[in-house]
Amino acid sequence: MPLVLVIAMAVMYACGIYLLLDRSLTRVLLGFLLVGNATNLLIFLMSGPFGESPISREGATAQDMSDPLPQAFILTAIVITFGVSAFFLALIYRSWRLANADTVEDSPQDDEEETAVLLGTEEITDEDVADSSDFDEHDEDAHERDGVARRPEDGSAR
Amino acid sequence: MIDFSAVSLVPLVVLLPLIGAAVALILPRHPRAQQLITSGVLIAVVALGGIMMVIVDQHGTLVMEVGGWAAPFGIALVVDRLSALMVLVSAVVLLGVLLFSIGQGLADDDDETPVSIYYPTYLVLGAGVFNAFIAGDLFNLYVGFEILLVASYVLITLGGTGPRIRAGVTYVVVSLVSSILFLASIGLIYGATGTVNMAQLSLRIAELNPDIQLMLNLTLLVAFGIKAAIFPLAFWLPDSYPTAPAPVTAVFAGLLTKVGVYAIIRSQTLLFPESSVDKFLMVIAALTLIVGILGAVAQLDIKRLLSFTLISHIGYMIFGIAMGTELGFSATIFYIAHHIIVQTTLFLAVGLIERHGGSTSLASLGGILKAAPIIAVLFFIPMLNLGGIPPFSGFIGKLGLFEAAADLASPGAYWLMGIGALVSLLTLYALARAWTLAFWRRKEEIAEPEGQLWQTLQDAPDAEPLRERKEIPRSMFVATGGMVTVSLLLTFFAGPLYEYATRAGETLEQPARLVEQVLGSQPGPAGGSGDTGQDEAPEREGSAG
Repeated sequence: MPLVLVIAMAVMYACGIYLLLDRSLTRVLLGFLLVGNATNLLIFLMSGPFGESPISREGATAQDMSDPLPQAFILTAIVITFGVSAFFLALIYRSWRLANADTVEDSPQDDEEETAVLLGTEEITDEDVADSSDFDEHDEDAHERDGVARRPEDGSAR
Repeated sequence: MIDFSAVSLVPLVVLLPLIGAAVALILPRHPRAQQLITSGVLIAVVALGGIMMVIVDQHGTLVMEVGGWAAPFGIALVVDRLSALMVLVSAVVLLGVLLFSIGQGLADDDDETPVSIYYPTYLVLGAGVFNAFIAGDLFNLYVGFEILLVASYVLITLGGTGPRIRAGVTYVVVSLVSSILFLASIGLIYGATGTVNMAQLSLRIAELNPDIQLMLNLTLLVAFGIKAAIFPLAFWLPDSYPTAPAPVTAVFAGLLTKVGVYAIIRSQTLLFPESSVDKFLMVIAALTLIVGILGAVAQLDIKRLLSFTLISHIGYMIFGIAMGTELGFSATIFYIAHHIIVQTTLFLAVGLIERHGGSTSLASLGGILKAAPIIAVLFFIPMLNLGGIPPFSGFIGKLGLFEAAADLASPGAYWLMGIGALVSLLTLYALARAWTLAFWRRKEEIAEPEGQLWQTLQDAPDAEPLRERKEIPRSMFVATGGMVTVSLLLTFFAGPLYEYATRAGETLEQPARLVEQVLGSQPGPAGGSGDTGQDEAPEREGSAG
């Protein structure tokens, strides 16, 4: 049984790390979930041999019981993973609203260098410029929406 | 002896900010009330930190067993001299930055304005930082890290603008990886030793096979290294910190990396005192120092420049830890306190510059000395301090480190001494250039920059065109001025503080003492029969909470 768990853990780590390296944020999130759960399995495996449920009662000795502490760790870790995933989903949604894409953005500097390498020139192509202005427009739209959404709150605060 | 209530102060440091955050959260329409609660809570924590520092210094380590469960089984909160100092310094910094952001929020009403979620999140961040400092077991340290990280995710993406989301994604993913590594190493350590109580770990890890010790040490070091931003793991910092609002950047730069450094100190002194990574750490420290400052020299944007000096100066702290001597730790502790305050102050001053000049890029700043001499003074003092000009605290901290290195007298230590001095000069060079361009240069010269300098410097990748200049309310000056005053106080009272740091360093170098205080002389619920001879026997108390 532990061997199966070890293999499951290894596969989850491998898939999770592969997904973490992806550009798409949704895949990064899935990767994070896999790696997080693989870590939970790791902690579980570290609890030693499995035994009875760790509840104190007549005739039960500590040697026969499973170690409850790692299970408490895992519960805590699951809760934290849950909260972080929720935040990450919100981040993905926001990123999608801003740029209509859920990928990790290049910093503008990287863009320039990349195009320069690809084209063998130092100039920035028109396409790039168009892209970035497009992005800004969305950005401003989002601002406006936010401004409208937030204003009533601010007004009532004063 | 300590009176009964001293130990019950310990959990308040975490509880107060959390309760304050809850109350602030249910008052989203009353920013005034939120500000009052937040500043009230932080003032209380400053007071608590000060009281704990005095008590701990006079009577020894405070150990709080949460829920009344004896130490190896229950969760222990441990406050020794280092923890108390860190709690006090970080509470002061949080308070100073809070006043700055309140001033900023009152003055204008746009996307930089703190939204209703800002104050509760800020308090949760504080709770996480304080929890990490008083954690007595590894898992509680992890929880503290998670609290502060999740709060920092929210703060760094505040407002949700394009650049912030992009920077936030990098920051969040990198932090997640480091958290997972930390959690996995806790799992491995538990598997190897069967405990996560740091005091008990220090006994049990020593019994392990040295190779396993080394592996555990390195996994923890990588996890903490990402948070502390030491050299190969620091790439994320200059891309993410500068995009956040000015007060958020200031508090992140001051505090978050230092929590990582604190965790490294704890793991190196308590968990792996016999470790063989000292030489390795020295190399890492040297690389962090050099690579960080070379990055700073190439920057045109002041916020990015300061982010790189931040990485570089983490190298000084790693240098002190790598020496592994009492003198080294004492100097590191003093340096951490100094650096938290000075780095935060500099970022606050840059916040003022940004409002005054509408930009943080040196390409479009000029003539500030004439136009706003107060900003000039508020930037100049911490600048000299960070560069290590006597008589400021930066000089004293570096002097302490060099003294410790001379005392150790190994070739590595001498090399690091040289590198440290060089980096200190380069810091001054980078900052002095910022000073010359932004403050001394006349406004008319901005339009036509001359010389080769401009071609070699890098502006921020997402540099915005000039933003509108904004009025600077008086309270922002007061907050920044207050922080400058605190940094000066650190210089004036460097004597007593350095002595305190020395005593804290001594405590760190005797992990056995701390182990005894946390676990009692015999491990087990009975505890204390053997430590009657100890004049520093810790006060123990269980709380019914």
